[in-house]
Amino acid sequence: MATLTKQQIGSVLAKQGILIAFAVFIVAFTVANPKFLSVDNVFSVVRSSAILGVMALGVTFVVISGNLDLSVGSMMSFSTIVVLDLHDQIGPLLAIPAMFAMTMCLGAFIGFLVGYLRLNSLIVTLGMLSAIHGLTLTYSGGQNMDIADKEGTWFSVFGQGTALGIPVPIVIFAGLAALLGIVLAKTAFGRKVYAVGGNGTAATFSGIKRARTVFTCYVISAACVATAGLIQASRSLGSQNTVGQGLELEVLAAVILGGASLLGGAGTIFKTVIGVLILGFIQNGLLLMGLQFYVQFVVTWVIIILAVWLDIAAKRGKLWSPIA
Amino acid sequence: MTDAKPVLHLDDIVKTFPGVRALDGVSFSVMPGEVHALMGENGAGKSTLMKVLGGIYQPDGGAIYMGNDKVVMAGPLEAKAKGIVFIHQELSLAEELSVAENIYLGELPRKRFGRVDWATLTERTDAILKKLNVGFDAKTRVGDLSIANQQMVEIARALTVDAKAVIFDEPTASLTDAEKVVLFDVISDLKSEGVGIIYISHRMEEIFKITDRISILRDGQYQGTVATADTDEEAVTQMMIGRTLDLSRNTSHHELGDVALEVRGLSCGKLYKDVSFEVRRGEVVGFYGLVGAGRTEIAETLFGLRDPSAGKILLDGEEVRIASPADAIARGISLVPEDRKGQGLVLGMNCRDNMTLPQVDDLKAGPFVAEGAEIAIFDQYRDRLDIRTPGWKQQVGNLSGGNQQKIVIGKWLSMHPNVLIVDEPTRGIDVGSKSEIHKLLRELAAQGYAVMVISSEMPEVLHVSDRIVAMYSGQIMRTFTSEEVTEDNLIQAISGIKSGQAA
Ligand SMILES: Nc1ncnc2c1ncn2[C@@H]1O[C@H](COP(=O)(O)OP(=O)(O)OP(=O)(O)O)[C@@H](O)[C@H]1O
Ligand SMILES: [Mg+2]
Repeated sequence: MATLTKQQIGSVLAKQGILIAFAVFIVAFTVANPKFLSVDNVFSVVRSSAILGVMALGVTFVVISGNLDLSVGSMMSFSTIVVLDLHDQIGPLLAIPAMFAMTMCLGAFIGFLVGYLRLNSLIVTLGMLSAIHGLTLTYSGGQNMDIADKEGTWFSVFGQGTALGIPVPIVIFAGLAALLGIVLAKTAFGRKVYAVGGNGTAATFSGIKRARTVFTCYVISAACVATAGLIQASRSLGSQNTVGQGLELEVLAAVILGGASLLGGAGTIFKTVIGVLILGFIQNGLLLMGLQFYVQFVVTWVIIILAVWLDIAAKRGKLWSPIA
Repeated sequence: MTDAKPVLHLDDIVKTFPGVRALDGVSFSVMPGEVHALMGENGAGKSTLMKVLGGIYQPDGGAIYMGNDKVVMAGPLEAKAKGIVFIHQELSLAEELSVAENIYLGELPRKRFGRVDWATLTERTDAILKKLNVGFDAKTRVGDLSIANQQMVEIARALTVDAKAVIFDEPTASLTDAEKVVLFDVISDLKSEGVGIIYISHRMEEIFKITDRISILRDGQYQGTVATADTDEEAVTQMMIGRTLDLSRNTSHHELGDVALEVRGLSCGKLYKDVSFEVRRGEVVGFYGLVGAGRTEIAETLFGLRDPSAGKILLDGEEVRIASPADAIARGISLVPEDRKGQGLVLGMNCRDNMTLPQVDDLKAGPFVAEGAEIAIFDQYRDRLDIRTPGWKQQVGNLSGGNQQKIVIGKWLSMHPNVLIVDEPTRGIDVGSKSEIHKLLRELAAQGYAVMVISSEMPEVLHVSDRIVAMYSGQIMRTFTSEEVTEDNLIQAISGIKSGQAA
């Protein structure tokens, strides 16, 4: 009987490990700095997580379908630069759809390479990470991009506005999360994404068009990236060529933290949102403690390792199970 | 060695999973030099009991004794170190590695500085493979082997350690008759060395051929042990499922309709050549032959998974080109594939979602999947096929092997196809459900389906078919009606007597 309870505790710990660790962490930080859980701080964390979060929503589709997307960071730089540039040339009303179209074309191209040409997604998106970076620099001529009339444009609403007192980026993040959550959990397409990632051969044998499913996931991911780029551009109304650099890893960290399996077939939008928030709060907590922001890089890595470890421990039912 | 002392004794073992009491106080012992059968319906708890013994699961209650000592199997390696060898129902091989590496995985012979001693490894492996009489060698990549040969690799593993007890969990599910003979030789060798053998199978003829005693489980409860010599199939079936079965050959015939599927001169490279046959509505056509006879490949071609190199496929008299499985499904063809884990199921998905996967596009409520309709489909086939699961939310990977197979069958029956192709449909399915599935196939035909049954089990083909197509190495040797077929002429036909060879 004693072993039973011990096993049960172990399995609860392993399954809910991330949430428990998160709770412990929040308590510790709140004790250290009571500001941590203030309404202002919570809002500020969620708002600054929104860009990362929106991207993570799209990457969740790609990861569940059994692939990777490492190009989202540099793709986000591209969207930001393009929409800022077009803003002054053709006006915001046209600039936004034009930027979405261009970004989604990039997503479609990746989807074509991975889905239809069956190239490895790691290689393709790693290559695209640098190719899109080059594209962005070519487009901007290496210059930073700025909107000429920063005061007189309504374009700032996406990054700086509020709706009913809630910052617009949060509204966009929450709205998109709800929409994509429903797509993934409730539609035939969502079901196919799980099947393709869970067992591609069985999906084929069930008449699912795998290439099309994978392709669509990358287009969705690109649309999310475009949305993130829009928020970013609107918030700062000017940008460097490298604004999204390194975000791909943070996005991936959030998705894995949420419990999506890198092998595909598992994960949910809700869990990814939790993953995004955990990451946001941890980074914020470290800042409040007075640590330099670059400590985050180390911490992000530590979190990925912990998350993956807990995930594996949950599957094996024990924390310590070395390769035998 | 005194006869009275069991090598292994399980006492009052209990194991529960969420929602399932898989083992409910099971006791069981194995004598040295004995082949002990473990029987029971799908989901009765056989594999679970063996996993407890093999250290893969820890029991919630009860104890394991070896000789006089109480032992705890903390993990598979420990069980192996204690001389318990487990040959799994589901294959567990590393496809990218060679046969030799798989057999000695974790215990590769070493030279100085930890380098692998390849020469010794190859030599030892080839010696074992020779004993097993298989047609591949130590250096073959496991992924290139057929399922049957992979099974032989799994068996070869058992011969590398000094075993006290060997567990075979449905070893013959994917073996041919010739391979079975080899396996039974291996078992009798082990037996004469005083090893205790636990043998799980749903095939009665094997049980009565090779085992000494039979223990029976039902719904996780121990039903008793009988000496094989003192019992018969009927009594064992009665203990397993509480009723007896009709195991006679097919004699019923119903009205045949139009030709639903016709194949003319179909070829696909070297896999099969110049194959012609037709299947009418209301007809069950059995395809019998050895593994490698090309039957699965024909099925895959009809399902849009392979391009034929010559010949025609006609559906309802109209020539068609079937470009993909999606295309085949749209034309009313269903295929229950041969490999349930690899091709049939998404193991991490729940039962309901697996079953409705091919029709998820058609089950719509507005923009969403109609979950109510899905559950209705699942419930219908759960009842019809007697699928044992705590509910549709259960992950398919947690079901017993036979119940997984039933999910695959339900998945394709629920498509209401015009042409239903089933490839080894009852692999791993217990005798009771097997006869249910056979009955179901006959019923479907009676309702006007055209059914193709590919099977390596002669009783199955004889039992369900109106006509039997005998194949040998990619060619149709002969087609029998159910009146003219006999076991002898069928065996002759599938062993390629034309070319003067016998299997
Ligand atoms: N990991 C698991 N999680 C939950 N339920 C499980 C798990 N493993 C087995 N079960 C359940 O335990 C019961 C016994 O399963 P088991 O695999 O032992 O059956 P079996 O006798 O080997 O059947 P078969 O003849 O189909 O192989 C089944 O109801 C099965 O669904
Ligand atoms: Mg089993």
